[in-house]
Amino acid sequence: MNVIVCVKQIPDPAQVGSLDPTDNTLKREGKLILDESDSYGVEMALQLVDTAGGGEVGLVSMAPNDEMSGLRTALAMGAAKAVLVSDAELAGSDALTTAKVLAAAASRLGDIDLIIAGTESSDGYTGTVPEQIAEVLGLPSITFAKSVAIDGGTLRVNRQTEAGYDEVTCPLPAVVSVTAGVVEPRYPSFKGIMAAKSKPVEKVTATDLGVTPVGWAGAGQQIVEVAAAPEREAGEIVEDDGDAHLKIVEFLDKLKVI
Amino acid sequence: MTVTGYAAPLTDMRFVLEHVVDIGALAALAGFEHADPATVIGILEEAGRFFAEQLAPLNRVGDVQHSRRNDDGSVTTPEGFAKAYQRYVDAGWPAVPFPPEYGGGGFPWVVAVAMQEVMTAANMAFSLCPLLTQGAIDMLLHYGSEEQRETYLSKMVTGEWTGTMNLTEPQAGSDVGALTTRAVPADDGSWRVTGQKIFITYGEHDLADNIVHLVLARVPDAPPGTKGISCFIVPKVLVAADGSLGPRNAVECVSIEEKMGINASPTCVMAYDGATGFLVGEANQGMRYMFKMMNTARLSVGLEGLSLGERAYQQAVAYAAERRQGQAPGASAGSAIVDHPDVRRMLLTMRAQIEALRCVAYLTAECMDLAARHPDASVREARQELADLLTPISKGWGTDLGVELTSIAVQVHGGMGYVEETGVAQHYRDIRIAPIYEGTNGIQAIDLVGRKLGLRDGAAVTELLDAIAATAAEAIGAGDDLNVIGIALDGAQHALRQATTWLRQASADGRHDDVLAGATPYLRMAGVVAGGWMLARSALAASAIQGEATFTDEFLAQKTVTARFYATQLLPQAAGLLPAVTAGVEDLAAARF
Repeated sequence: MNVIVCVKQIPDPAQVGSLDPTDNTLKREGKLILDESDSYGVEMALQLVDTAGGGEVGLVSMAPNDEMSGLRTALAMGAAKAVLVSDAELAGSDALTTAKVLAAAASRLGDIDLIIAGTESSDGYTGTVPEQIAEVLGLPSITFAKSVAIDGGTLRVNRQTEAGYDEVTCPLPAVVSVTAGVVEPRYPSFKGIMAAKSKPVEKVTATDLGVTPVGWAGAGQQIVEVAAAPEREAGEIVEDDGDAHLKIVEFLDKLKVI
Repeated sequence: MTVTGYAAPLTDMRFVLEHVVDIGALAALAGFEHADPATVIGILEEAGRFFAEQLAPLNRVGDVQHSRRNDDGSVTTPEGFAKAYQRYVDAGWPAVPFPPEYGGGGFPWVVAVAMQEVMTAANMAFSLCPLLTQGAIDMLLHYGSEEQRETYLSKMVTGEWTGTMNLTEPQAGSDVGALTTRAVPADDGSWRVTGQKIFITYGEHDLADNIVHLVLARVPDAPPGTKGISCFIVPKVLVAADGSLGPRNAVECVSIEEKMGINASPTCVMAYDGATGFLVGEANQGMRYMFKMMNTARLSVGLEGLSLGERAYQQAVAYAAERRQGQAPGASAGSAIVDHPDVRRMLLTMRAQIEALRCVAYLTAECMDLAARHPDASVREARQELADLLTPISKGWGTDLGVELTSIAVQVHGGMGYVEETGVAQHYRDIRIAPIYEGTNGIQAIDLVGRKLGLRDGAAVTELLDAIAATAAEAIGAGDDLNVIGIALDGAQHALRQATTWLRQASADGRHDDVLAGATPYLRMAGVVAGGWMLARSALAASAIQGEATFTDEFLAQKTVTARFYATQLLPQAAGLLPAVTAGVEDLAAARF
């Protein structure tokens, strides 16, 4: 059972980020960390390989400046190896280019039974890369997985829906996107951190992968405008005259959460 | 700051480890090759995240729930503690600094100290269990027999078993020599230990399968006082030859104290009733063994002042940015209180001393590493002396500042700081024990003036003063902003030198009561100057690496701001303490109480 996890390395969300005024993209100059929304995929992959009793977890990541901090975290959690695509030419790449790059990078890690990705990154939120990877590789795609099991050559997924979940099956290999919070990601252990130092990380460029054109040149989209998020409005206070519960129900109904 | 109210100050920790002390140079020593800076930083990031996310949220829970003794003598720790401890063990964090032959990671002590800073800040009451275990490991590593080490150490290094230190008895506090717990030999080579110990931190708990108590006791015909004290291993559960756990030993927690703070840490009264014990090393040498262990333990306690100061500081900064009151000078509308000069003074007073404490604590630990590992015997000896000098300073000055810093944080919060809900009052209550335990700060001061100033007939302290003078000269020569720092440091160094000379002379003249009378202000003075020394070195280092990508320009520029504030506004305290150091005992002796 060989599982590839797509992991994004992002600026620490605890720090205030900033946009590059020339192209409206997020600045990613400093240290990057493992996107929390990908830590669930890493955990799920480790559990699947563990249950299968063999195989390994490989990682693919695309990041500027040979940045590896986030990859190291995932390797310390237990992944076995990684391909890092780092290439100044890739700046400005859109989701589809990213998918092509990650698909090509995944193919360097040998036979693939399953590719896992988060449903969306915490800094870009396009939420389209996993499905595009599936299309590029000609594999079935299942989105919003809340649990994943392997049954012989079949993938069984409980797929989150607004009403509950669908039970979905598909043949392997396949691409699955997992929702955040569905498993509890392990913390890297001290031994895991030490072991990660000697795990292989292959560094490649877009040219090495044969993906061209990339970056702004290959992008089918551009960011035309960025607007500030609206200020948070004052909340509504419900006075309880005996019917507060009805007002709360009405309010929640309006928000379509019940 | 995160939702847990605390994030490990990784950037500053890294700056100090790489540019004030030199972990790169430590990694060049035999046995530390695997501890390269990148690996150390990686470990601190992950351990820091674990402690902040898993332990910090339990801090308030522990304060409210307390550890509780049950009728059967067992102790239940607050909700979540046992699970968090298990995860701490599973992650392998306890093992980092210990020797590989017992399953340890073989990392320098300064790395353990940095991890400990974060664990303690996240949850001081929790951190005491690993801290006491560390002390017990240290003792057994140095003085335990081969068999004892094999039986106990591996499990303690992993954290599967914990350790305690049993010194205090009701009539034997600072005067350990007054203890009366007895040990008599049994036929099988073991001993039977009988007596009562108080203030035993984590003497009983539900975090681990076994507790290895190290107990000070007297053997028959032992000489009186500290010369007649022996040290025994008394496991809570007896260990069979194959390492499996056997029957319960005759040791019991008979009550736990209600305290001012660290409520989650069970402070136990332990009763030993003919309990099976095993002598560590030789009889009547227990005090000497304890002192060996105490140096690391005292540094760790000094660190508690830094840890809680840092945590309280993070809360104070966040509160000051959020709380709006009044109008700051020049503001057109209502201001966050962080804009008021007096609040800024409080915050900068905290930050400057926190950063100074961090440097002094890490430097002390680095000295311990060099003393243990450096290939050159003269370097080992000199670093050991510096560690010996700095240890009472780290403990005494560090924990006094811990109380002051957390108090300032309460002040920043105004009335809300006095309300438990904000959580900042807890830090003030929790840290108040630190100037008391592990040798009161009065004892630290006496240790400094009585034992440490005389090291190598005064040459050790002179070398420290010369090193401070050299940093001052370097800063004066560097010009610009650094010049004023250098001038202030040189003045403070002269005052400390004068005080040192006076104490050495008084000691040589046999005026020991004069020396004792000046001990506490001298320790304070030494701490204040050591802090100024370290911040001057920080500012020099920051100016030397300006423009490097690892640290932002702003972070490095702030180092100068902090050092200048400390040098010009806090460091002058040193000269102000000189009259108190040199006043002699006269008024103290004349006073009637």
